[in-house]
Amino acid sequence: MNGRPGNGRPANGWTGAVRWVVAGGLGRLLVVLPPYAWLTLFFLVPFVIVLKISFAEMVSAIPPYTPLVAWVEDVYLQLRLNMANYIFLLDDGLYLTAYLNSIKIAAIATALCLLLGYPMAYAIARAPEARRNGLLLLIMLPFWTSFLIRVYAWIGILKDEGLLNNFLIAIGVIDQPLAILHTDWAVYIGLVYSYLPFMVLPLYATLEKMDLTLLEAAADLGCRPLRAFLLVTLPLSMPGIVAGSMLVFIPSVGEFVIPDLLGGPDTLMIGKVLWVEFFTNRDWPLASAVAVAMLVLLVAPILVFQRHRQNAEEPE
Amino acid sequence: MDAVQDSVLNRAIGVFIMVDTQTVPAPARAPGGSLGQPWKDPKAVPFIKLEGVSKSYGDILAVNRVDLSIHKGELFALLGASGCGKSTLLRILAGLEVPTEGRVFIDGVDMAGMPPYRRPTNMMFQSYALFPHMTVEQNIAFGLKQEQAPRARIVERVAAVLDLVQMGAFARRKPHQLSGGQRQRVALARSLVKEPKVLLLDEPLGALDKKLREQTQFELVNIQERVGVTFVVVTHDQEEAMTMSSRIGVMNAGRIEQVGTPAEIYEYPHSRYVADFIGTANLLEGIVQTHAADTVVVQCPDMPSAVAVSQVGAVPAGASVTVMIRPEKMTMGRDRPTGEVNAAPGRVRDIAYLGDISIYHVQLDSGKVMEVAQTNLRHTAEQRVTWEDVVWVGWHPANAVVLTQ
Ligand SMILES: Nc1ncnc2c1ncn2[C@@H]1O[C@H](COP(=O)(O)OP(=O)(O)OP(=O)(O)O)[C@@H](O)[C@H]1O
Ligand SMILES: [Mg+2]
Repeated sequence: MNGRPGNGRPANGWTGAVRWVVAGGLGRLLVVLPPYAWLTLFFLVPFVIVLKISFAEMVSAIPPYTPLVAWVEDVYLQLRLNMANYIFLLDDGLYLTAYLNSIKIAAIATALCLLLGYPMAYAIARAPEARRNGLLLLIMLPFWTSFLIRVYAWIGILKDEGLLNNFLIAIGVIDQPLAILHTDWAVYIGLVYSYLPFMVLPLYATLEKMDLTLLEAAADLGCRPLRAFLLVTLPLSMPGIVAGSMLVFIPSVGEFVIPDLLGGPDTLMIGKVLWVEFFTNRDWPLASAVAVAMLVLLVAPILVFQRHRQNAEEPE
Repeated sequence: MDAVQDSVLNRAIGVFIMVDTQTVPAPARAPGGSLGQPWKDPKAVPFIKLEGVSKSYGDILAVNRVDLSIHKGELFALLGASGCGKSTLLRILAGLEVPTEGRVFIDGVDMAGMPPYRRPTNMMFQSYALFPHMTVEQNIAFGLKQEQAPRARIVERVAAVLDLVQMGAFARRKPHQLSGGQRQRVALARSLVKEPKVLLLDEPLGALDKKLREQTQFELVNIQERVGVTFVVVTHDQEEAMTMSSRIGVMNAGRIEQVGTPAEIYEYPHSRYVADFIGTANLLEGIVQTHAADTVVVQCPDMPSAVAVSQVGAVPAGASVTVMIRPEKMTMGRDRPTGEVNAAPGRVRDIAYLGDISIYHVQLDSGKVMEVAQTNLRHTAEQRVTWEDVVWVGWHPANAVVLTQ
């Protein structure tokens, strides 16, 4: 309260700061600072640490990796970047296969989420206004139970003598239990089930704010409802499709719990590889290199895609 | 002062009516134009026919038992206060709204159950409803693409309507990169491009400046005469309705109060609402004293003596009526007018000088303020009447109308 402006007493030295505060500088800083601080603290710093470890060598010590910087002959400060981990990633086909497999599984899961989620989001957005919030609540309801527990529950449903097989046998559709658990199918079911809300919510947001007179205009100009959907609704919901797909695709690629609990021994996903390197083999540097490579592989295409989209928005 | 401001807006109509038979502003032609007056012919088959059409939203009766016939090639204007149901009526014609009651025929076909994409209508939306993800060009071409028109024809038609609304330079822009008036022109172009049998325009020119608006009015009238499109145009602008349309329908609270040519609506309104809504009207409440063959005598409390009105048609003695006189049909002078004229003394309270005419607000002894428009025949310096002068206002019995509703 010392620096209140206009109290007649020029607070020498303070005046500049006061003027800055009054001009809204502080307010702007307070708004901008938290996100940057958050990202620095919880993304940038951990990433730099992981990046650092990925250039180290594994040793049996605590911590289990060598330092990057060391004094040599008491006078040289030496920076040793060990590229062996990255070279190993390229050499051993296992990693490349795991990456590609993760991307394939995540892509299929995303497509399935889109196919299931779009009609759901559409139905909610076009439902009577009074009912929409209730329906949205139903979409979010699973979040009230822990993710881990819900994935465990799927084991009970999918296993050989689980709910699904018992039911199908009981109604006579099959007479041998379907082997679903510990296959890629179970992974798809788990991924789609877990990430569907992240597809539905952004889609709902774009579909809900769409101006419905646009569809009337399309109909008036001779467009049947299905074509109007393809020519108007679908392109206009593109931002929701992109946002939802990213929210499903990105965590799916690195997913560990679902492939570990529901997948089989030959479900090869990068999240599982990372876990094995880190906890089973205690090879922190190699695990870090796997993580960095995954980040680069995921983020680079997204950045390119975003840039491309922004350019497309610009007028020709 | 407000009333004077109002008359500034409305005066042009009065002036136009007065010069009706001599010179006429740019886009206008005699009401009815080349069309003749098919609505007067009982045998003529209307192109658009509404029979007892109603539309309610819950408790709100947006359109209330409307019967209306519009003939081929007409430019029919719908006029009325905000919220009176004009847009709803257009939407019913376009098939975007299903009437709660009544039937709609276009070109002799019952439109019940006919979806908008199969109707021979195109609509320009009040909110424009331009597709935000398409360029101006793509927006306009949309309708033609739906009917699988050949590419060359699409290109040619799009260029033609872009030219018509003077938007050729903006063909590659997206709607969000346009000004309000430019968007309106694109919306108009998009509805015109297919040249449907019926064009429904909801406030097509409201956001345009005067010059562009007059040009576009002219083009619309041109299209109507060249292609024979039947137009139904919603407008807030009376002047626009007067100059463009063959007939006007005045709406009030979901009902059509009166349908007629601009001159009929202006000179012989059927109700107080229409008289007051179109142009400026002096309204005197009164009670019918006697009714002779062609003259009604009305006792008006605001007037020093009974008012005579030439009128064909029966009005029973004792009925409560309103006598309506347009400002430009009144005379004003220092001396009591002579002859068979209704007259009353009053004091000039307000003068609005508008160049070609002046509007005087004259307060009668009863306190009633009458509006009188006088053509400025001489230079203002020589004008004799000024503020607080005592004057006589008067009008000929033939220049007033008795309103019973
Ligand atoms: N979808 C709707 N639901 C409920 N009421 C509506 C709906 N559409 C219109 N109305 C009501 O119907 C009445 C007529 O509306 P309409 O849009 O036809 O008016 P308008 O004459 O076009 O007015 P304006 O000149 O302001 O455009 C209004 O009272 C409006 O509030
Ligand atoms: Mg409207």
